[in-house]
Amino acid sequence: MKKRLIILVVVLAVMVGCAKRIEFAEATLRVGLVFDVGGRGDKSFNDSAYRGLEKAKEDLGIYYEYIEPGEGSDRESGLRMLANQKFDLIFGIGFMFSDDITHVAREFPDKKFACVDYTVQPGREIPPNLAALKFREEEGSYLVGAIAGLVTKTNKLGFVGGMDIPLIHKFESGYKAGVRRVNPKATILVGYAGVTGEAFKNPAKGKEIALSQYGQGVDIIYHASGSTGLGVFEAAREKKALAIGVDSDQYYEAPGFILTSMIKRVDNSVYNTIKETIAGQFKGGVHTFGLEEDGVGYVYDENNKDLIPGEVRKKVEELKAQIIKGEIGVPKE
Amino acid sequence: MWQAILSLVMITQTIRISIPYILASIGGTFSERGGVINIGLEGIILNGAFCAVLATWYTGNAWAGVLAAVIGGILTALIHAVVSIRYKADQIISGVAINLFAVGITKFILKLVFHSSSNSERVAGLPFWKIPLISRIPIIDAIFSNPLILLTLIIVVISHIMIFRTPFGLRLRSCGEHPQAADTLGVKVDHMRYAGVLISGALAGLGGAWLSLDQHQFTDGMSGGRGFIALAAMIFGKWTPLGATGASLLFGFAEALQIQLQSAGVKIPTQFIQMIPYLLTIVVLTSAIGRAVPPAADGKPYEK
Repeated sequence: MKKRLIILVVVLAVMVGCAKRIEFAEATLRVGLVFDVGGRGDKSFNDSAYRGLEKAKEDLGIYYEYIEPGEGSDRESGLRMLANQKFDLIFGIGFMFSDDITHVAREFPDKKFACVDYTVQPGREIPPNLAALKFREEEGSYLVGAIAGLVTKTNKLGFVGGMDIPLIHKFESGYKAGVRRVNPKATILVGYAGVTGEAFKNPAKGKEIALSQYGQGVDIIYHASGSTGLGVFEAAREKKALAIGVDSDQYYEAPGFILTSMIKRVDNSVYNTIKETIAGQFKGGVHTFGLEEDGVGYVYDENNKDLIPGEVRKKVEELKAQIIKGEIGVPKE
Repeated sequence: MWQAILSLVMITQTIRISIPYILASIGGTFSERGGVINIGLEGIILNGAFCAVLATWYTGNAWAGVLAAVIGGILTALIHAVVSIRYKADQIISGVAINLFAVGITKFILKLVFHSSSNSERVAGLPFWKIPLISRIPIIDAIFSNPLILLTLIIVVISHIMIFRTPFGLRLRSCGEHPQAADTLGVKVDHMRYAGVLISGALAGLGGAWLSLDQHQFTDGMSGGRGFIALAAMIFGKWTPLGATGASLLFGFAEALQIQLQSAGVKIPTQFIQMIPYLLTIVVLTSAIGRAVPPAADGKPYEK
């Protein structure tokens, strides 16, 4: 017992000793960030947040440090560790942080916190020092739905979701509404990969769902399922059909088979929050980023412009303008 | 609805989903018939999947990937074997450690080689075989066009013969049932147990190769609980290769059914359908339908 205690103390001492000394002097703001599971290099969510940090470092001269938590639930300890050090603004990336960051923000009222994809729950008040960064994914999904509805030749479209939760239902309902708006005759097949977090990293399941949808005559599938969607792309390659990416431009995962991608500008939200904080304009509470704020959008560039005819592009831009003006209300579920 | 369920798509889908379950559950059968519980199957599948992609990436040949997956599986199982046979440690704990170890090591090398925490680059896959005449029959074509499906079929038959019709199988089973008696008769208990665990590693690794080569890439955590489903299939199949295969196909069928019903828009909660296989496993374990009895010395280290 005693021996173990000694080992523990030594390990702790080493850990403390290794902790980086922070240079406060030149930084305009000290930002800490805890990544979602997956960490840097996920080619999606986390990488997007990281781009926001990098941009803020270059443009605004901030100092940042980040933590990549493992599979377990050390998210809270990561947040707490950063809050205990002299960081001014602390980010949690992903809806999984919602509970933990609320607790930690209450414990450190003089620090500022921000959480991407924060889940607002009735009865859980958001502390004034916590900014909940949310996206109107349904708006971006509406536009890619409209593209799919106009491009389809079979009038059958597919949707593959990851975990069956309200966050993903937003993608589904926006997509469906967009399809129906431009192509009321189209039918939409829906499949979810599961009911646990695993459903976001099960490409084999994604491939099977997609194969079954393509097998029933679907020619375009939109996925909102993390790396499960890589299986959807694989099925698209095999069936020579089309798929729509999500979160960031996924063209390079299956060049030639990606019609477009619904992009979520996590980088913009991170950057803007940092910028506001430096200007002393940090505001707690819910912030939403939609088409208007350039928080969501779709990809149209050199790679995919051959797949999207000019009149489709025109129609979709019209719809985009109408959503921004508030003439079209996009359903969330 | 019934048309969709009994369609060809559905049948081939059932087979495709079942392949990793079949391979890993037969692997588990070998290991436990010899008396070593192997809940590290999940981690072995993951390591196998990763080795397959890594070797295919460096050689450009998916068969090298298959071989690497088998070797990777055997090496991972070797850790479990040494810990639980040589050092007689708790087999459950060693298995859990293998699972956690696999999650860490695959992610670590993924970052090192492919600079991503999510997925590898795209690699070559196994070829599709088109055999004249045979490929006219759709079902047969689905099986014979994919080398790994065909290989799995062969493994099922060979495993059954090995366990129940050969001296090796008899010795293996005796080590799982009554190692003292086997030892008295001159059977080297430790050797047999090593063999059982290493075969389980080879098979589960092969299951991993199926997963990643079918996707043409490795994705972080892509085993997705399949090792645990395989364990349930092994129990449901009462520790026999044919039983495990049947159970795996049933589990695969439930999953395929759930996918079909979802896209058909049938309003049965999908969670309910997904639950059925596990419910059946629990029923079998509680001996309501034909009791499932594990090998008597399963999980017990052998002390001379």
